[in-house]
Amino acid sequence: MKHARIRLPGEAEIHAVLVNDDHSVQLADGRRFAEEAVEWLPPAEGTVFALGLNYADHAAELAFKAPTEPLVFLKSPATLTGHRQVSVRPDNITYMHYECELVVIIGKTAKNVSREQAMDYVAGFSVCNDYAVRDYLENYYRPNLRVKNRDTLTPIGPWWVDRDDVANPASLTLRTWVNGELRQQGNTSDMVFDIPYLIEYLSSFMTLSPGDMIATGTPEGLADVLPGDEVIVEVEGVGRLVNHIVSEAQYADRQAQTV
Amino acid sequence: MKQGRIVLNQQARRVTALADGKLLLDNGNPLADTPQWLAPASGTVYGVALNHRSLLEQLEADFQQPPYQKAPATPVLFIKPRNTHAGHGSTIALPTQAGKVFAGGALGVVIGKVASKVAVEQALEVVAGYTVANEISLEETSFYRPAVKAKCRDGFCPMGPWLVDAAAIDPLKVEIRSYLNGELAETNHSRDWLRSVPQLIAALSQFMTLQPGDVIIPATPLRQLEIRPGDTVAVEIDGIGRLENHLIAEESAQ
Repeated sequence: MKHARIRLPGEAEIHAVLVNDDHSVQLADGRRFAEEAVEWLPPAEGTVFALGLNYADHAAELAFKAPTEPLVFLKSPATLTGHRQVSVRPDNITYMHYECELVVIIGKTAKNVSREQAMDYVAGFSVCNDYAVRDYLENYYRPNLRVKNRDTLTPIGPWWVDRDDVANPASLTLRTWVNGELRQQGNTSDMVFDIPYLIEYLSSFMTLSPGDMIATGTPEGLADVLPGDEVIVEVEGVGRLVNHIVSEAQYADRQAQTV
Repeated sequence: MKQGRIVLNQQARRVTALADGKLLLDNGNPLADTPQWLAPASGTVYGVALNHRSLLEQLEADFQQPPYQKAPATPVLFIKPRNTHAGHGSTIALPTQAGKVFAGGALGVVIGKVASKVAVEQALEVVAGYTVANEISLEETSFYRPAVKAKCRDGFCPMGPWLVDAAAIDPLKVEIRSYLNGELAETNHSRDWLRSVPQLIAALSQFMTLQPGDVIIPATPLRQLEIRPGDTVAVEIDGIGRLENHLIAEESAQ
C-alpha cells in the first residue's frame, strides 16, 4: 500500500491518506481526491538523515574517495517539501543540482540493531530529491546547512510504500528527468553502505524512531537546473516525485498569492 | 516570566514559576511534586560550530592546512535531532568505548515567530526567550565531516529547566558557567562569540525559515570539560536558571 500526508486546498488540517493506483487519494472518511486536487506533504515526520557520497561513482564524479564510514548529515523540517511543489533556485549562483535518492522510513524504535535484523525496523520506502547548491559549499567544511538545508530544496514523496511491496530494495533503478530528458540513472545495488549497514551504524550510537527517514545517497549524473525546469526523480517500484524550479522572485510572488 | 514543560501522567504539560518559586500547572493548579522536566522547546535545535574565539584560535593553524586551506567564512551549522533532546534532571548515558565526552555549556535561543530573511536590527523581535543548554559531544578531531556520531547520541542536548521571556535577557551579555560535581569548571561569555545572536538569526533565516519552538545554540567553547559516568554536570546562566544532569555509563543504562 501507498501512504501519504496531504492537505486539501485552503484547509490547515493534515490528512494521512492511502493512495490508489491512479494516484488519487482516499481520506479516512472515504472521500476521494485526484492527484492534482490536493497539496502533497512530506510523507512522514521525524529526523531526516542524508548520506553523502554513498555511491562510489558519484564520489568519483566529485573527485572524492568513497568514505570508509558513512558520511551522514541531518536535515531540518525547514527544507522539506512535497510532491508537485516548487523548489527555489537562489539568484546569482552558478550550479544547483538534483540528487535522486531512495528514502528508508523507519517503522519501529531501533537501538543497537544488527544488520541481520535491520530490515525488520523498516516501515517502507519513499523518494527524495536532495538538491544541493554547490556555490555555497565551502571548501571541505561539513556539507553545510546553506548547501543542503535551504527552504524548499528537499522534496520528498509522493508517498511511502510498504516495505513488503518492494521485493528487493538493494536492486532498484533510480532515474532523474529534467524537462522530459533522462539525465541521471543508477541502481541502489551500487550503494557503498547498504540499508542494513546504515541502520546498524546509526542505531549503534543513537535511537531511531518511527517516522525517521534515511535518504541513502545519489549516483552519478548531476547537472545544473534552472528556473522553469521540471525535475522528476523516480525510484523503480517506489514512486515518481515531480518538482518545479522557480526563481526567488517567482517564489515571492507565489507566497504573496497564497497569503 | 519563567515557563517550563514537564511530564504529568504521560502527557507534556506547561508549568509557570511564581515569584516565590512555586510551580503552577497550565490549568492553574499548584504543582507540589518534583516534576519530571522536558526540554522547554520542542522544535529543531540548530547548533553553530566554530563560533567561539577560543576554539577558532586553537584551530587557526590547522585551517591553513589541507583539506581546509582557510577558515570558514559562514557559520558552520549542525542539528541536534529529537533523540538528543532531554530535560533538566534527566540521566544521560555516556558511551565508555567511544573516546572522551565533553560538556558544552551554552545559551539556548528559543524562536517565537516564523522568521524568514530577518534583518540583524529586527532579529531579537523573533526571539520568544532563552533557556540553558548543554551541547554534549564526543571529541571533535575534524571539521571536515559532519559530526552526527559525536553530537547526536541520545540525551546529548539537555535544555531547561526554564524558558525565560526574551525581554529579561540581553543575549550580548550572558555568562555561562559550567559546574562539574558542584565545582565551577568553565566560564563562557557571549563577548567571545564571533557572531552575536542577532547576527546568527539573520544569517540562518536568510536561507531557511525558523519556526516557533526552534532553538539556536550560538556557541560552545573549546572542548575541555570532560564528563564521565558518575559525574553531575550543571550549566547556569544568571536570570535563566540552572540545568543539572547526572551521567551514567551507557552499558548500565541497558
